[in-house]
Amino acid sequence: MNLTLKVWRQKNANSKGEFKTYHVKDISPDMSFLEMFDVLNEELLLKGEDPIAFDHDCREGICGMCSMYINGHPHGPGQTTTCQLHMRSFKDGDTIVVEPWRAKAFPVVKDLVVDRSAFDRIIQAGGYISVNTGNAPDANEIPIPKEVADAAFNAATCIGCGACVAACKNASAMLFVAAKVAQFAMLPQGQVERKKRVEQMVAQMDAEGFGACTNTGACAAECPKEISLANIAILNREYLAAKATSEYV
Amino acid sequence: MNWFTKAITSTIGRKIVVAFTGLFLCLFLVVHLLGNLQLLANDGGKSFNLYAKFMTTSPIIQTISIGNFVFILLHIIQSTILTIKNRQARPVGYAIVENRSTWASRNMGFLGSFILLFLVGHLANFWWKMKFGEMPIIGIDGMQVKDLYFVVSEAFKDPLIVGLYVFSMVFIGLHLSHGFQSAFQTFGLHHVKYTPLIQFIGWVFCIVVPLGYAIIPVVMYLRAL
Repeated sequence: MNLTLKVWRQKNANSKGEFKTYHVKDISPDMSFLEMFDVLNEELLLKGEDPIAFDHDCREGICGMCSMYINGHPHGPGQTTTCQLHMRSFKDGDTIVVEPWRAKAFPVVKDLVVDRSAFDRIIQAGGYISVNTGNAPDANEIPIPKEVADAAFNAATCIGCGACVAACKNASAMLFVAAKVAQFAMLPQGQVERKKRVEQMVAQMDAEGFGACTNTGACAAECPKEISLANIAILNREYLAAKATSEYV
Repeated sequence: MNWFTKAITSTIGRKIVVAFTGLFLCLFLVVHLLGNLQLLANDGGKSFNLYAKFMTTSPIIQTISIGNFVFILLHIIQSTILTIKNRQARPVGYAIVENRSTWASRNMGFLGSFILLFLVGHLANFWWKMKFGEMPIIGIDGMQVKDLYFVVSEAFKDPLIVGLYVFSMVFIGLHLSHGFQSAFQTFGLHHVKYTPLIQFIGWVFCIVVPLGYAIIPVVMYLRAL
C-alpha cells in the first residue's frame, strides 16, 4: 500500500504547529497503524529528520495510551484503539489526516502527544475505594448479583484513553468520569465514598476545563471500550442525589 | 458560594436547570397549543377570544406566566453559559471531523437562538398588542372583549408570515427532537424499561406539537382566501 499522510507537527507546547505531508510506500495491510508510523519514523531518522512523537505502550488495546485523531475520528474509523487499527481499514492511495486530541484540558506536548494528566487528577479526586490492609479477602465474600457485577465491569473496562473527550464537540470528559463513578456506585465496596466521590470528581472535571455534556452520544459512538451513555445518566443522578443529601457543604 | 450555588453552577447543575426548564417549556407548548387550536373553531373567534380574555386576566395564569418567562430566561442564561464554556474547552479545532451524532444534537444553540428570535417577533405581534397595544373590541354575550382573533386572522392573511411560522415550527421540532429525550438523560433517567418509551414519546412530541402549531396559520390562511 502507498499512502499520503498529513500529520500534525508541533515542536513543543508553546510553538505553533502545522500539518506536514509524508508519503509512505509498500505498507503491509496487516500492519497496525502504529507500525506504519514506526516505518515512517525509521525513514525520517535515516534522513536525519525529527521522528513524529506519538503515545503508545501495550499495543494490545488495553492501556489507552495511543491517542491519534485519524480522518475525523479518535483512533480512526471503527471503534478500536489506534494500535488495533490495521492498515487494511484503508485503501491504497488514501490520504490520511492525523491530528492530536484537541482539548484545552489536554494540551499538546509534542506532535501527536497530549498531556492527559487531567484524567489522573480526576481519579485522584475520588476514583478510589477504601479497603482494609492485610490478607486478601476471599473471592465472592460479598454477594453481588451477576447483572450488577457485569454492569460494573463494563464501566470498569474504560481505559482512560480520552477518545470521549476527543470525539465530543464540547471536549467533555463526562463519559470517562461517568464510567468511573458508575463502576464504584454499583458495587458495595464503593459505598463508603459514594457521595463524596461524585462531588469531588465532578468538581475536578470542571476545574480542569472540560466542557459539559450535551448528550450528542458522539463519545459512546467512538469509545473503543463501548462504554454506554447509560453511565452518564448514572453520573447525573449520583451527582444530583449527592448534592441534595450529602453532608459536605 | 454555598452548596446550592456551587451545585447549580457546576456543569451538571447547569444542565439540570436547562433540562428542568426545558421540560416545563414542553408542557407550556402543549397547553399553548390546546388553547390556540380554538382559532380553528369556526365560530367567528368567540371561543378563542373568551379564552384569550381568561388567559390575560386570571390571577393564577398571570403568576404562571411570570414563572414561564423566568424559566425561559433561566433556560437561555444557563445554556448560553454552557455553550460558551463548551467552546472554550476546545480552543484549537480539528482539520477534519466526521460526526457520529445527529445534526440537531450538535446544533441546539443555533436552533435555540433562532427560536428566541421567533419568540421575540411572536410576542411583539400578539402578546404585546394584547397586553399593552390598541386592540379592536368585540361584544360577546354582552361583554366587551379584545378581539385577538381578528388580529391573528389579519396577520395570517399574509403568506410571508404564514411561511415564517411554519418554517419556525421546523426549528422547534428539531430542537425538541434532541431536547426532550436529552432532558431525561440529564435527570439520570436511563433504564431498559423506560428509555425506549421516553424516546418514543420524544419523537411523537417533536413531530405532533410543531405540526399542530403549523396547521393553525395554514388553515386560517386557506380559509381567508
